[in-house]
Amino acid sequence: MELDNVMLARLLTTTTLAFHIIFATIGVGVPVMISIAEYIGIKRKDPHYLLLARRWTRGFVVTVAVGVVTGTCIGLQLSLLWPSFMKIAGQVISLPLFMETFAFFFEAIFLGIYLYTWDRFKKPLYHWLLSIPVIIGSSASAFFITTVNAFMNTPQGFQLENGAITAIDPIQAMFNPATPSKVLHVLTSAYLTSAFILGMIAAFQLLRGKTDEYYKKALKLTMICSFIFAFSTAVAGDISAKFLAKHQPEKLAAGEWHFETEEGADLLLYGILDENNEVKYAIRLPKMLSFLSFNDFNAEVKGLNEFPEDERPPVWIHYMFDIMVTIGVYTVVVSFLYLLFDKLKRFNPHNKWLLWSIVLGGPLSLIAIEVGWIFAEVGRQPWILRGYMKVAEGATTADSVGLMFLVFIVLYIILAVVCSTVLVKMFKNKPAEAELEYRFNKW
Amino acid sequence: MDIPLIGITVLWTFLYGYLIVASIDFGAGFFAFYGKITNRDHIINHIVSRYLSPVWEVTNVFFVFFFVGIVGFFPQTAYYYGTALLIPGSIALILLTIRGSFYAFGNYGSKDSKVYMFLYGATGLLIPASLSTALTISEGGFLEERDGTVVFLAKELFTSFYSWSVVLLAIVSVLFISASFLTYYANRAGDSEAQHILRKFALFWAPPTILASLLVFISLQQHNPRHFYNAIELWWMFALSLLCFLMATWFILKGKRFGTAFILVMLQFFFAFFGYGASHLPYILDPYVTIYSAYTNETMGMALTIAFILGLLLLIPSLVLLMKLFLFDADYVKGKK
Repeated sequence: MELDNVMLARLLTTTTLAFHIIFATIGVGVPVMISIAEYIGIKRKDPHYLLLARRWTRGFVVTVAVGVVTGTCIGLQLSLLWPSFMKIAGQVISLPLFMETFAFFFEAIFLGIYLYTWDRFKKPLYHWLLSIPVIIGSSASAFFITTVNAFMNTPQGFQLENGAITAIDPIQAMFNPATPSKVLHVLTSAYLTSAFILGMIAAFQLLRGKTDEYYKKALKLTMICSFIFAFSTAVAGDISAKFLAKHQPEKLAAGEWHFETEEGADLLLYGILDENNEVKYAIRLPKMLSFLSFNDFNAEVKGLNEFPEDERPPVWIHYMFDIMVTIGVYTVVVSFLYLLFDKLKRFNPHNKWLLWSIVLGGPLSLIAIEVGWIFAEVGRQPWILRGYMKVAEGATTADSVGLMFLVFIVLYIILAVVCSTVLVKMFKNKPAEAELEYRFNKW
Repeated sequence: MDIPLIGITVLWTFLYGYLIVASIDFGAGFFAFYGKITNRDHIINHIVSRYLSPVWEVTNVFFVFFFVGIVGFFPQTAYYYGTALLIPGSIALILLTIRGSFYAFGNYGSKDSKVYMFLYGATGLLIPASLSTALTISEGGFLEERDGTVVFLAKELFTSFYSWSVVLLAIVSVLFISASFLTYYANRAGDSEAQHILRKFALFWAPPTILASLLVFISLQQHNPRHFYNAIELWWMFALSLLCFLMATWFILKGKRFGTAFILVMLQFFFAFFGYGASHLPYILDPYVTIYSAYTNETMGMALTIAFILGLLLLIPSLVLLMKLFLFDADYVKGKK
């Protein structure tokens, strides 16, 4: 690996995105959970759910702050690190970027209002209504920014003639082939991850011996949501695989170590690739790749060898794919088991093993988000604009990218540490039982 | 219709919006920290935090809006500024990141942390300084095109008289704008103690603001005569700016009509900022980028304009609601809600 400007710019972009995506995912998913909890609380007049909404919101604000500032970083770094790319692509993608800031604006305004008006309205439902624009804003900004990323995977809506862009159609660029599957996958997985992280907190408290009804209700609500979202994520993932087979076969082929074009292609799970490109120790599911790609066990799937060598993504993305899918399945299974145990009164849904599995599911889903994005992004190497511009042509020529890379790494480490400490301290100093007592004693 | 001109005017307006709201925010952070170390935090800090808490995120969006908008309308600027601003831009980003996150950590997490407060207060003064380098670079002389790549002359920037006078102006105006707003806010809250201190801050920072402005004018003449003489032709804008400043300071000095005084401060910066902007045209980056050479294609320009109008239809009522609830709601300002 040569540490030239291109590599350093890639590393810095990766670091910022990898850090931002944690907070962005929480930022998109948690408002949905807050809103659901508050609604149930108002409808059932149940202080437990109202307190859930409040406490989730309080933690949420801190993560939003980090999400906002790191989002600003990546927004500006696009131009700072990839000026040549932005000069060209900026002409086609500025519409969704622009609309994303509007969505962000909208969310910021209503989040501010939501946070400071808990007790200001006579009817609690009015306050709940304010959570709707927050959800619309956060999910819409995820939508718009994902269309930009989708565009980089399947660019369309313009023509490139001798370095000049003509015949631009902004709407066609936004609604490119990758948009539907990507947006669906991004939204469902963000909702899933947030639900699971909140479930993790409740499960952990129960494990620590807390017995209050509050934690049990929190766990049940988050697990129901997790199951629904995990199932939707799996469906979205399947749609994404079908999209890849059709529009980005080289990404799917690299991810699946599928070298020769063949009919009835096998699906590989796990395994390693030795230096002669021989797959070892993999679980082979006959004809499943064809089925997964085209709903037909005998369909022809394009192999990686069909592509010129300098246009192939690295084959290590297979591992990323494996991890993502495994964790996806894990979340479906764990949330399903919880619901099953809860329904069939025979088993205890709060048994130690299940609770620990739920706790584990929180960090695991964040890992799945990370590796999923690595798979998606590294899978379109060497392109920055697939079929049009390679990554090396887009990077900055400025000095000191390496220095900036180091500085930002230090910054993110500090932020991660302080943010976690602050969050833990916030809730430790004010346990739910005590807060329930003083805030809702009128009930 | 001259769409590039409309485009830059709209963006400039947003930058002006950012200048005002961010100045209040940055200055407030500094005053809060200053209050803390001089043991007067119990007097002024609740005023500061009651205003800032619901709006800090909105302030940040103004900035994002501007840089996304300018790359959208004028993609060529991304190429030149992107290369040139890697270091100053990254420094600004780091400061913004520290400030934004530590504001939240301090405000929602562990209250009364002096370290958090320091980070939040100190960065508030450094951010305007680092952001102002973008304006300095726009005057030309700090960039060179060699063999098809853009080279940033960092040494030139650090040794330029003009660049330092802009930094100075940025810092003192932040403190002046912020203090005059907070005086008004404290007055509305009926908090005479806080008002007393903040009024002193405002008066203290008034003379440096006008001196720094003069300094920028003088150094601009040496650095970019073309721009300077264009500005002279727009002398009436700057005269109006000065007039607004004098009236605002008069009201603050007399201790009356703080609301009017703040509007006058806003007008003072409005005239100065737009006078500066108008005389800078048609260049975005002298001499490489003009609003015409960098303008995006017609289709995208139209699409952005439509999106912008639709977006405003959504934004303006929301912003009005926000201000009604927190800025103009007497009970909230007084801390009764």
